[in-house]
Amino acid sequence: MDNLRKELLRPSAESKQEVSGKVVSYFAILLIGGLVGTILIFLTVKGIALFTGNHFSLREFLTGVNWQPGHHHFGALPMITTSFSVTVFSGLVALPLALVVAIAITEMLPSRVYKFFQPVIELLVGIPSVVYGYLGLTVIVPQLRQMFGGTGFGILAATCVLFLMILPTMTSMTIDSLRAVPQSYRQASTGLGATRWQTISRVILPSAKSGILTAMVFGMARAFGEALAVQMVIGNTTVMPKGVMESAATLTSVLTTGIGNTVMGTAANNALWSLALILLIMSLAFNLLIRLVSRKGVR
Amino acid sequence: MHPEKVDKLATGIILTLAGIVGLVILSLLAYILATGIPHVSWDFLTSSAESFRAGGGIRDQLFNSLYLVVLTMIVSVPLALCAAIYLSEYAPDNRWTGLLRLAIEVLSSLPSVVVGLFGYLVFVLQFGMDFSLLAGALALTILNLPILTRSCEDALRQVPYLQRQAGLGLGMSKWRVTTKIVLPAALPGIITGAILSAGRIFGEAAALIYTAGQSSPAIDYGDWNPFSPASFLNPMRPAETLAVHIWKVNSEGLVPDARAVSNGSAAVLIITILLFNLVARYLGYLIKKKLTK
Amino acid sequence: MKKTIIATALIVLVVALGSGWVAAKKQPPQQKVTIVGSTALQPLAEAVVDVYQAKRPQTSITVQGGGSGTGLSQVQEGAVNIGSSDIFADQQDGIDEKKLRDHIVAVSGIVPVVNKELGIKNLSLDQLRQIFTGKITNWQQVGGPDLPITVINRANGSGTRVAFEQSVFKPGSHAVNAQEQDSNGTVKEIVANTPGAISYISFSYLNNTVQPLKIDGVRPTATNVTTNKWPLWSYEHMYTQKHPNKATAEFIKYMQSKQVQDTLVEEANYVNIHDMQVTRTPTGTVSERK
Repeated sequence: MDNLRKELLRPSAESKQEVSGKVVSYFAILLIGGLVGTILIFLTVKGIALFTGNHFSLREFLTGVNWQPGHHHFGALPMITTSFSVTVFSGLVALPLALVVAIAITEMLPSRVYKFFQPVIELLVGIPSVVYGYLGLTVIVPQLRQMFGGTGFGILAATCVLFLMILPTMTSMTIDSLRAVPQSYRQASTGLGATRWQTISRVILPSAKSGILTAMVFGMARAFGEALAVQMVIGNTTVMPKGVMESAATLTSVLTTGIGNTVMGTAANNALWSLALILLIMSLAFNLLIRLVSRKGVR
Repeated sequence: MHPEKVDKLATGIILTLAGIVGLVILSLLAYILATGIPHVSWDFLTSSAESFRAGGGIRDQLFNSLYLVVLTMIVSVPLALCAAIYLSEYAPDNRWTGLLRLAIEVLSSLPSVVVGLFGYLVFVLQFGMDFSLLAGALALTILNLPILTRSCEDALRQVPYLQRQAGLGLGMSKWRVTTKIVLPAALPGIITGAILSAGRIFGEAAALIYTAGQSSPAIDYGDWNPFSPASFLNPMRPAETLAVHIWKVNSEGLVPDARAVSNGSAAVLIITILLFNLVARYLGYLIKKKLTK
Repeated sequence: MKKTIIATALIVLVVALGSGWVAAKKQPPQQKVTIVGSTALQPLAEAVVDVYQAKRPQTSITVQGGGSGTGLSQVQEGAVNIGSSDIFADQQDGIDEKKLRDHIVAVSGIVPVVNKELGIKNLSLDQLRQIFTGKITNWQQVGGPDLPITVINRANGSGTRVAFEQSVFKPGSHAVNAQEQDSNGTVKEIVANTPGAISYISFSYLNNTVQPLKIDGVRPTATNVTTNKWPLWSYEHMYTQKHPNKATAEFIKYMQSKQVQDTLVEEANYVNIHDMQVTRTPTGTVSERK
């Protein structure tokens, strides 16, 4: 009897396997979680060193407009403003165009076009940002100079370059969300006698709304963090931007320009890490926004 | 206005705009290829880079890029796959899982400059890896994990639930069901996702400048011992990739033909990503065909 | 069957890797030298290393960029053997120059450049200063066309900028708040593409896409740099710890040797350190070389 009980209660080979499997996958997820945690803690520690170690006031950092690391002026507001405007502008320009292309591809054109377009998008995503930057410098900046005068460098030039960079990502995500709308919606709408445009504008777009917004926020997050390309066309002048044609500087462009020329542990270097922390917090905010938007769509 | 007329108008506008955008995108690609291809030759692909004389090639950079992608995949695919298995098969639907997903998403929106600097301070300095392929691969893993995890999870989820039930009904453990039934069925999707994400990290520069480094010491393609310092397989050697090379040649290149080298490299890079794409699609198609037989 | 194949493959792999490891251990230990720092000096250092390693295969030298600030802080912490810098350690915040030893390995001439279509080929030192401090804002004021001046400065803390301001500015004058770029290549690209732009780059990066300027009629040549007749130049440093190891010291000696200076250094359009007839202190005082 005891033997039988033992036999029955002994873990089977299957359940042993189950345990080891669980361990492996839990371990992987813990590793990733730990990695994210480390990055967050690490950047926070480095980022607040300017305020804790060098006793620079946080308020002056966030609201000051004077950035002169050589003279211990670390006002980051100009960069924050510029980063924001560049990101929002490029998002606003790219969204309608991405939407138009996505609608054309999913609703109007034969599926052959989609098959052709998908690899093209993947190609564009893989182009190094330096190439976009160089393109901006040699093609977009001179064009803008001819059209509007001035030097051509500035927020508008950066917006154009970023627009080109995020358009592929946004388009492909928008296409995905439009394709996710069930075919039966379209059939039902057509069955009720709606025209194609009525179906698109009143059925498909509303039901894909959250996906489209996610695409927009995702593209903007990418634009916000882009460094090398922006640096070549924005002009890198750490002043409050007065107009879209004036040179300005973004968080990332100041970060990449300065990090090699400062010494670890000095206030000038710590200030750059604080900029990195702002970047991180902002990308966190973008993410929360994405989640908020997509959760709204589910309801 | 009559709905039919509105429909016609809207269709016209949308198609025109989409056509313009498509044209812009295609001309962008054509421009990069047209300015670069004339400089690409067999010699360009098989000779090493020059410091300040004209006529340098990109052999080492091209190899480094490919090898770095392979290394990154070796690290990130198992990790992402296990994480995806957890998320799709095991994870309870609660707040913690939500937090985990958020964490992975946060990784995906980290600016690559920040990842590069993190990698520099942690992998390069703290862990004493120096500027090395390994440090670069780890930094790229951080960038690559979110996309890869997501595409693996999508692939796993697309396997019909009925198949899992059938396996469980036969008394198989959940893990066995996952590895023997779900995973094979999801394999085409996983492979496609992996290769496509490889294309994405292929063009990454900002995260590598401070991790894999910006120079390529002479390497020996005859030395197959990965522990030998000069071997091309040694993961602990510093390596400049193609995208970093483009960046370097543009910013501090002394070579007189910097423009040509940079354009040629960009063209090679795009063509390689195109190849990745075609291979990914073809492989996915082959496996699907074999499975459905 | 399948399992046997996999197991065999695994065993073969492990054995191969293990024997590889053992073989690598048996090789004579390599002297490793790491150079990190100035991106501007990187191409030259790489070229010298290529030649050097062909002669001394037992030393393995890696050259990395990262910027002068990175190079100095890394060598101070002892993380690398050589920190290359185009700025004196004294001029860099957060570096204790007493802990380091300075080795000058080249001299880099700096030349103001303008867009080719501007038609200006000469400026006085005074005009140059007023342009970069923002007193002169239109090319008309210096005899050029009616075109606003676009000043492109170098990144704060870059060696080229420090040297430029030391030679051109008067004490107390501040640079106009202008575009900043951190690399010679980008600066050149922008000047070549922007009418009315002015900036300055190292001699090594000069080519026919931009117009170099004479200052008070003096031409920017290596000979003029050696006598300080052309005042815009800076040293290229390689900093080591006070007592560098043998491989490091030998490499720096090689880098400074006449053989390298006469060939590679001059070929890369740097100025030969043996030709210099003057020296300059970190504070900018120039004196006859003894």
